[in-house]
Parts: sequence; C-alpha cells; structure tokens
Amino acid sequence: MTQFTFVDILTNLLWASRWTLLLSLAAFAGGGLLALGLLFAAIGRARWPGRLVRLYVEIFQGTPLLMQLFLAFFGLGLLGIDVSPWLAACAALILWSAAFLVEIWRGCVMAIGRGQWEASAALGMGYAAQMRHVVLPQALRLAVPPTVGFSVQVVKGTALTSIIGFLELTKAGTVLSNASFQPFTVFGLVALIYFALCFPLSVGARRLERKLNVAH
Amino acid sequence: MTYSFDFGWLASYWPVFAAGVAMTLQLIFIGGLLGIALGIACAWARSLGPRWLGTPVAVYVELIRNTPFLIQLFFIFFGLPALGLRLGEVQAATLAMVINLGAYAAEIIRAGIEATPKGQFEAGASLAMSRIQTFRHVVLVPALERIWPALASQVVIVMLGSAVVSQIAVEDLTFAANFAQSRSFRAFEAYAVSTVIYLGLAIALRAALMRLGGLIFPAPETAR
Amino acid sequence: MSLIEIAGLRKSFGSTEVLRGIDLSVASGEVVAIIGRSGSGKSTLLRCINGLESPDAGAITVAGEALGTGEARLRALRLKVGMIFQQFNLFPHKTAGQNVMLARQVVRGHPRAEAEALARRMLNRVGLGAKFDAYPAQLSGGQQQRVAIARALAMEPLALLCDEVTSALDPELVGEVLGVVRELAAEGMTLIMVTHEMAFAREVCDRVVFMHEGRVHEVGPPAEIFAEPRTPELRAFVARGH
Ligand SMILES: Nc1ncnc2c1ncn2[C@@H]1O[C@H](COP(=O)(O)OP(=O)(O)O)[C@@H](O)[C@H]1O
Ligand SMILES: [Mg+2]
Repeated sequence: MTQFTFVDILTNLLWASRWTLLLSLAAFAGGGLLALGLLFAAIGRARWPGRLVRLYVEIFQGTPLLMQLFLAFFGLGLLGIDVSPWLAACAALILWSAAFLVEIWRGCVMAIGRGQWEASAALGMGYAAQMRHVVLPQALRLAVPPTVGFSVQVVKGTALTSIIGFLELTKAGTVLSNASFQPFTVFGLVALIYFALCFPLSVGARRLERKLNVAH
Repeated sequence: MTYSFDFGWLASYWPVFAAGVAMTLQLIFIGGLLGIALGIACAWARSLGPRWLGTPVAVYVELIRNTPFLIQLFFIFFGLPALGLRLGEVQAATLAMVINLGAYAAEIIRAGIEATPKGQFEAGASLAMSRIQTFRHVVLVPALERIWPALASQVVIVMLGSAVVSQIAVEDLTFAANFAQSRSFRAFEAYAVSTVIYLGLAIALRAALMRLGGLIFPAPETAR
Repeated sequence: MSLIEIAGLRKSFGSTEVLRGIDLSVASGEVVAIIGRSGSGKSTLLRCINGLESPDAGAITVAGEALGTGEARLRALRLKVGMIFQQFNLFPHKTAGQNVMLARQVVRGHPRAEAEALARRMLNRVGLGAKFDAYPAQLSGGQQQRVAIARALAMEPLALLCDEVTSALDPELVGEVLGVVRELAAEGMTLIMVTHEMAFAREVCDRVVFMHEGRVHEVGPPAEIFAEPRTPELRAFVARGH
C-alpha cells in the first residue's frame, strides 16, 4: 500500500482542479451563448417564445442539477451518441447555466424603466433601435454583477459531475480519500481549493454591485 | 432510433419512490426549519450582534457559500469521524443541509434586517425594550416578511440540492431512482420519472412556503 | 421639586456642536413647548432626555435619578419617560392593540389578559377603542399617531416627550392629535413638546422654551414669549409667523 503525503494529496487535487476550471469555463461560455439566444427570443415582440423560455427556466430551475446530469448522460446514450462523462457534463451544465443566466438577464432588461422606453419612442425609434441603443446598453451594466455572482454557482455545480464519473476536483477527492484513508485532510483541502476558486468571484460580484449602486 | 421507452415497469417500484419522497420531504422539513433558525441567529450576529461574534459568523457564511454542498456533505460524513464525530447518513445529511441553508439564509435575512427603518429600533428602545427584545418583537417579523420570497426560493434550492445525499446512501428520492434503474437497466425512464417528481415537489414546496408566509405575516402591505 | 433637571448638557455630532450647554428644569405636571428654527437642536435635546443619544457633557436627572450609561440604566430611564415620534413608528406587523400591549408584556412581564385590558383602556382614551384589531396600514396618519400616544401611555410614564407629533400629518388630521395632547395636559401629564403649532403652544403650555443654535435662548410663559420677545432672534422667529 502506498503512503500518501500531504504534498502528494495536494498536488493531485490541484492537478485535477484544472478539469473543474475547464468545465466551468465551458459551461459558463456555452450557457451564456445559449442564454443570449433565449434572451432575444424572450424579449422579442411575440409572446409565445417568451412563454416557452419561461417554461424552460421553470423546468431547469425546478429540478435537481444531478437529475439533469443523469438524464443527459443516459439520454444522449439513447440517441446513439457515444457519451463520455465530459460530454454529458458539458451538455447538462450548459443547459442548466443558460436557464439561470437568461432569467438574470431578462430581469435586467425588465429593470429598465418605462421612462426610457417612452423617451426613446418619442424620438421615433423602433423596437429594435430602442433595444439596441437604449435598453440593452443599460441592461448590460446591471447584468454584470449578478452574472459574475452566478459564475460561483457554476464552479460549485461542476462538483456534481463527479457523480456521473467525470474526473474533476471532487472525484479526485473521493478517489484520494478512499486510497489515503485521510478523508478529513482530503475533503478539507478540496473545500479550500473550491473556496479559492469561488471566493474571488464572490468578492468581485459584490464589489461590482456596490459600484453600480453608488453610480445610480 | 431503436430504443422504445417503457415506463410501465416503474409502477411496481412505487413504494420505493414513495419512501424516497418521504425521506426527501423529511430532510427539507427538518433542514429547512433548523436552517432558517440558524440563519436568523447568524443574521442577527452579523447585523446587530457583537463584533467578536460577527466575524466568525462571516467566515462561516463565506466558507459555505463558496464551496459545493456535495463537499460539505462529504466533509461531514467522511471527514468528521477523524475528529471523533461519527454521524449516521441521515443525521449527516440533515446537518449538512442545516449548515448550508443557514449560511444562505443568514445573508438573505440580514438584508431584511438592514432594511429596517431606524425609527423601529428607536420606538422599541423608547418603550424600554432591550436590544434583544426589540430584535425579537419589533425587527424580526417585518424583516422576514421583506425577504420571504427569496428565503422560500432558497429552501427550494436546498431541497433540490439534497438530491446528492444519495451519495452517502441516504434513501431519498434520487436513491429510489438509482435503485430502480440498477434493477431494470432502464436508467433514463427512472431518472425522468424522479425528475418530474422533483419538479412537482419544488412547485408544491414553494406554494406551501408562500402560503405559510401569508399565515405568519397577516398585516396588509404598508405604504412604506 | 422638578421632575426633569437638565444641567450643562452638551452634544456634538462629529465636529458640529448641536447642544452647547442646556440648562432646563421641568416640574411635575408642567407642559413645556420647545420652539426654534429647524436645526437648532430641539430633537437632539428630546432624544438625549430619552437616552436615544448619549450626551457628551452635563447631567440629566429624572425623578431624582441621574441618567447613566449602560442598557439597564437607560431602560430604567425610559420606563419613566415616554416618547412620541414625528413618523409615529408604529410596528407594522402588529395591530393597534398589539402595539399598545407589546411593551407591557415584554418589558413589564404582564400577562396577556391584563395587558389587553390596559391596551383597550388606552385606546379608548385616545378615541380609538374601535380600532383595536386594525393594522397601522389600515389607519390614517392621525389615527396612527394616536395609537402611538396610547402605546407610550400604556407604560405609565411620568413624562411624555413629543417631537413634532403633527408635522407628518395632513392638515385636516392635526386637530385630532392635538385634541388628545390637550386632554393629557388637562389631566396633569408632564409634557415636553417640540412643536410648530404656535397657537396650540400659546393655549396649552405653561412655559415656552425658545432654542437657538444649541442653546436655550429665551424661556417664559407663552403670553410673554409671543407678545414681548426680548431677543432679536426670537422676535424674528415669531415675526415669521410660525
Ligand atoms: N445623528 C446625527 N448625526 C449627525 N448630525 C446630526 C444627527 N442628528 C442631528 N444632527 C444635526 O444636528 C443639528 C440639530 O438637529 P436637530 O436636533 O434634529 O434639530 P431640530 O430638531 O431643532 O430641527 C442639525 O444640524 C442636524 O443636521
Ligand atoms: Mg427635529
């Protein structure tokens, strides 16, 4: 039986956390893109796309991320796709992130007061021009802090992909814990690494929000 | 595609699913109640309490909010026995949920407390109430009322997050789905059904909490 | 002997000295109006007497006991001196009756039934017996302020401090609140009231205190103060027709 030193454990965990980072980035970027598409559907003039988006949000926010991961993993398999845990994890996290991001962003667009709409209409702008030149630029400013804040949820969400067998930080933790018989140290370190990833994002989100509040 | 869905077989597993739902509800009932209580105490400590208490509470809140629930669960269940604290699966899951919700609830409730008009504290003081009495009888209920929808959402989030307690062999709804799929090898159907049940639970839990809010906060909306 | 004795009271916020040595004594049963320009320190004076602000220097004595620091002593003081605020500050989640009962139960530890009986008496006294179960949001401003008065009275204070109790009210609601205050004065309650209602001060008060830049600038019976102001500041203040 091999003996694990503290340094062994730490280096293994740090090495595995690159997958946590990569998956977080993929989920956040992919989720953001999908959310952007959904957002434009939701804030357009037609009503039914908005309703569909709301249903989408309702479903993905109203069910456990773990179930979404399972369904992606086994569902993609049924479609005849050869699913790796990486693919299933990406797919589920993107769909899940998009649901939260589109809801956050829609809220920001809605927060732009009626006065802005009326003022720009009075200048003869059409709907698209109002969106492009008046509403969206302002909504974007509002959207930055909560979007950064949500990135923390994404990083934490990636931990669940260990359950479908994706080898990232949490999975490395369970493997090392079983092999080293030092669960306290291992999970303590895993927690600290997650904290090191998430805390700066949390602080950043809070700072941005405060700055925004002062500016208003 | 050649796969044909079959949900019929699941009918024979309904007692397993029912037991799983009962466990999930039990966890969120106890975890929710104690978690909100912990959240109130921590919110008080951070907004009105002495500094020697506020600082460690802030550390606790940040630690929890910036680490995954799954790791908190593993740390409690696998890690704490190293310190001599060995908990059963259900106890560990409940404790993890209380600690997790407590941290989020603390931040939500703190916002409610900090939105209290200064005059409310002064009115309490001028009636010779102590600071703690003023908090308990004057500040707390309107503060909770202000943030109740956010708190209700957080409880729902914790309930959905509890799906991972099956990882330490707690026999909750997810455990039921795992069990059914391992026997039948029809994983997609098993998880689809449990997902729908979770969705129903989430909607019902939220509705119940909002209803509860209506009972706890009977006063009509103030103009303020 | 005077009920409230203030000597050399000073209070600063940061570098601005708001109270610059206040001496004032109020006898039991006396009704004192405090007038003066906005910012002259009237509210700060009342808040010091109630212990909501802590003085930097000077002494405040209520019924022979000096105002101290520490929560226990402040609470003892506040049992003797009630306060009514400009913004009413009713508890929005409690009915009028519960607002009046609360301190009785929590502070004095009285049983519910007893507190409720007292609350009904107090609400009757301010003419709101029928509103026992109404929430503040369901009451007019004048009614809310009368509940606030009943709430303070329920603690059976030796004196009541009133800080512009009608300033937040619509003009047509001022009368009902002043009516209640007038009755309290007639019943012999010790009152110190900051007010802009000069006619009311003239009619009801035993003494008027004119504050200017953190000092008691002039004191006297209302007839004198309003008819023959001695200092140019008071003359200007009265002439502005407050
Ligand atoms: N909590 C406080 N912090 C800083 N300055 C204050 C505070 N309270 C009152 N002041 C200042 O003290 C002065 C006197 O205020 P106040 O006693 O409310 O006057 P009045 O009631 O006569 O209008 C004002 O200039 C006011 O801005
Ligand atoms: Mg004032």
